[in-house]
Amino acid sequence: MMFERTGTGLDGNLRRRKRREAMFKGLMIGSTALVGASLLLIVGAIIWKSVPALSLSMITQTPKGGYYLGKEGGILNAILGSLYLGLGATVTAFAISLPLALHLNLYRKSGAQSAGRTRLFLDVLWGVPSIVYGVFGFLVMMAVGLRVSLLAGILTVALLEFPIMSRAMDEVVRLVPRELREASDSLGATRFETAFKVVVRQAAPGILTAVLMAFGRGIGDAASVLFTAGFTDRVPHSLLQPAATLPLAIFFQLGTPFPEVQQRAYASAAVLTLIVLLISVTARRFARRKTKHVVK
Amino acid sequence: MPVSAPISIRNLNVFYGRHQALKNVDLDIPDRKITVIIGPSGCGKSTLLKSMNRLLDTVDGVRVQGEILVDGENIYGPRVEVTRIRKKMGLLSQKPQVLPMSIYDNVVYGPRIHGVRRKKELDRMVEHYLSVCGLWDEVKDRLGQPASELSLGQQQRLCLARGLAVEPEIILGDEPTSALDPQSSQNVERRLMEIKADYAVVVVTHILRQARRIADHLAFLYMGELLESGPAVEVFADPKHPRTRAYLTGEIS
Repeated sequence: MMFERTGTGLDGNLRRRKRREAMFKGLMIGSTALVGASLLLIVGAIIWKSVPALSLSMITQTPKGGYYLGKEGGILNAILGSLYLGLGATVTAFAISLPLALHLNLYRKSGAQSAGRTRLFLDVLWGVPSIVYGVFGFLVMMAVGLRVSLLAGILTVALLEFPIMSRAMDEVVRLVPRELREASDSLGATRFETAFKVVVRQAAPGILTAVLMAFGRGIGDAASVLFTAGFTDRVPHSLLQPAATLPLAIFFQLGTPFPEVQQRAYASAAVLTLIVLLISVTARRFARRKTKHVVK
Repeated sequence: MPVSAPISIRNLNVFYGRHQALKNVDLDIPDRKITVIIGPSGCGKSTLLKSMNRLLDTVDGVRVQGEILVDGENIYGPRVEVTRIRKKMGLLSQKPQVLPMSIYDNVVYGPRIHGVRRKKELDRMVEHYLSVCGLWDEVKDRLGQPASELSLGQQQRLCLARGLAVEPEIILGDEPTSALDPQSSQNVERRLMEIKADYAVVVVTHILRQARRIADHLAFLYMGELLESGPAVEVFADPKHPRTRAYLTGEIS
């Protein structure tokens, strides 16, 4: 008969759908747990391994003679070097990224081909391995006669950070509603005023995320500073002196055959992680006070 | 030629790419009256409104032909400063768009841009324009709070105050009550009726009853063409064009 019900088939289907739901839920929980466990494991292992080497002298002293053989000293040179380099590079990258992101979204027609091409270009740069930036920076240094120095390192790392920062900013600036811009425009604001007084304020939390992402990538990178900032046991006192960095300090200490020096490498990693964490938390706390006006 | 109308639209054609959104529109906006532009969705109402303060400029692929005279000056002329034109008009959008700053800073955003710096002057403006919009008593104790914490109805009145604070001659409203509850809508309508004593007000709406309540002058737009315009009483009582009649009686909407 044509209009007869088809019977029990539908229930079987339901059971399969429920099974699929359960399977996928399990997968999602599993993935989340895996990520969480990895993070704990990484941080846990670093701290566990670094406990014997952690000491006050480690963060207050520069390496003394024979430090890499297990003698006295600390990694103050690398801590300060990394801070100078990370902050310098992030400020430099910011000075380029913010205008670029605003230009892409407010000054060009939104569907413009050139804007699309710029985004593609930035995406490609994002994916370029950092060693390539290091090599490129080194080539430029040789061409202009700049020696291995904090300045060369800052510029190279800024180059590495810039695509990340500007592309991330681009995405958040794009989310600012057109109507909000129109509200400012309609009051007789110039595009510049709308950009800096309204769009930047509205996108501020996302812009901060972009900056912190780029900072984290920059301060943690070893390959780009290897040939450009170099490595030294001294704290740099000028932009033209070489500077040590934590990632390279980790690399060199871990590369020694002495277990006590290797422990210091883990301690250095813990310090690096702590620096990134501290700066992120402080920046966010500071930002929360500044961004309460953001329109939801 | 004496300027009787603050805005005169002459033979206006607007194209989005190949699509023609407005066809040969001629319209005079009278001063100190509320002009309501009605018509079905997609008929070009918002386009017409946004052409008046050149917000259309920011739309991709738009092309404008014809003239819009504001105080006798063609705003689509070659050497016109857009910001100066926009300063002459306050805009209320469909959804209230408060700026990401405090209530106080929202009101003085325009004045500050245009060079008012003295705190006393700014304070005076805030109190004055918030009072005009019936908001002063509600917010005077929390001027430093984020504007986004206000209710939608309060936000729209704040937007009106913000628009008035640049001392415009004309107020444009693009379905300014469509996101509001009935009470807030009524409140905004009442403000518009009050301020028309000093301004030319243009409101786009698709709510016929709202048009009946507030319109002094009525314009009917259909598929990009201005089919009829005139004093509201006359158009409502005796529409000349059959399509206007059909729209007013609810046969088309």
